[in-house]
Amino acid sequence: MKLRTTILITSLLVLAGCTSNGNWGWYVIDPSTKNGANNIRFLLNGFGATILLSVLAAVMSMVIGMIVALPGMSSNRWIRLPSRIYIEFVRAIPLLPMLFWVFYGLPVVLKSIGINISIDAFWGAIITLAISDSAFTAEIYRSGIQSINKGQTEAAKTVGLNYGQTMRYVILPQAIRRILPPLANQFIYIVKMSAFASVIGMQELTRRANELVVTEYRPLEIYTLLIIEYLVLVLIISFCVRWLERKMGSDESK
Amino acid sequence: MSGKTQAIEIKGLNKWYGDYQALKNIDLTVQHGERVVVCGPSGSGKSTLIRCVNSLEEKDSGTICVDGIAMVGIQSVDAIRSEVGMVFQQFNLFPHLTILQNLTLGPMKARGLSRAVAEERAMQYLERVQIPDQALKKPSELSGGQQQRVAIARSLCMEPKIMLFDEPTSALDPEMISEVLDVIVDLAEEGMTMIVVTHEMGFARKAADRMIFMDQGAFVEAGPPEQFFEAPKTERCKKFLSQILQH
Repeated sequence: MKLRTTILITSLLVLAGCTSNGNWGWYVIDPSTKNGANNIRFLLNGFGATILLSVLAAVMSMVIGMIVALPGMSSNRWIRLPSRIYIEFVRAIPLLPMLFWVFYGLPVVLKSIGINISIDAFWGAIITLAISDSAFTAEIYRSGIQSINKGQTEAAKTVGLNYGQTMRYVILPQAIRRILPPLANQFIYIVKMSAFASVIGMQELTRRANELVVTEYRPLEIYTLLIIEYLVLVLIISFCVRWLERKMGSDESK
Repeated sequence: MSGKTQAIEIKGLNKWYGDYQALKNIDLTVQHGERVVVCGPSGSGKSTLIRCVNSLEEKDSGTICVDGIAMVGIQSVDAIRSEVGMVFQQFNLFPHLTILQNLTLGPMKARGLSRAVAEERAMQYLERVQIPDQALKKPSELSGGQQQRVAIARSLCMEPKIMLFDEPTSALDPEMISEVLDVIVDLAEEGMTMIVVTHEMGFARKAADRMIFMDQGAFVEAGPPEQFFEAPKTERCKKFLSQILQH
């Protein structure tokens, strides 16, 4: 953590030092000027949308992932099959094409079967991120659950528990310690991928930076600030993930 | 429970793992109150046999009838499992729960007992296996012998009519074997119907009504322990006994 902070501060100093050679125009985001302060406010206002988008997508991805993962562990291959197909299929589609397809294509498909709803940029982005991420979430669940000894399920059966009770009281409480850290890691991935939502017009961090670049013509400074915005966000999450991993790890030894 | 039904009736049981036949046309009848000890070399199908009784392994053909309930369909499996307790070689306690919670989980969730009743029953069985003072600890804080006694108590909390023991002492340090066997002998003396897979021949002599020797998925020899140990009929059985009794 110390090393990271040092690198961060050093690189900031180096970048700031570049102002002297005239290629930089930090004035666009200089908080001491009225225009600069307005610009910064405009950029920072994207945080809310990025965070909301990421959190909602992550929650949906966790739910979809579980729905996909559970049948994927069945001993019956026909129950397993749809889950495998979903995972292989979704995992193979790059995020950007899927985003275009959901935003521009899905309403047409829905309309053709009589469901007339428009998908705005916000929900288009959330649905896409959630679906795209759910394949990975499902695999995280599967590996976590399958890492629990088979004897646990057998013992649960012999004391009369059914499938749902076995999952709820025996398997998941043990698996969650192995699932949570990679799941939290996956959340960082969602935060970064949420930048793609800018291309369909979602007003999040990246979109705002793009719009400001168009009016101010200072891409270097604005995108630098944008990167720092993501960096700070991810560093905060990654700090929480570490804390979580430590907590889970110490629980395991108990 | 009428006197006519047998505790366990198995006819023509076959079990395959791919091309490998683990059980070959097994017939076995166990009466109420009977104590059967199954022994044999590893891979002979002993564990598979008792795991078929409570359907932890699915049979491929044959009939299994437990306490008058024929094993056909999921409901019968649930009914049979509620009559049959099982103790595993690796204990399989739930590591995230306390000893007391391990014992009350089944009675509360599967049988719908109240916490108070389930805990009272749990303490009663913990006293029987002589570790009531460990009730609030986690399984990993207990010795292997204690864990296995907890596992036995956990099964007993479901008040089964039949107990299956799958090599209950094989994963234990030598000095802990007797504390577990003592508990099983006690159960046997109280008239619990049981099938025990074990290589503890001293225990078999003391507790068994009938010995079964298995090899390559079939019964090679069966009989009362005196006859089994003193005058084994088959060469295969003689050789096996001489190997394990050497020590």
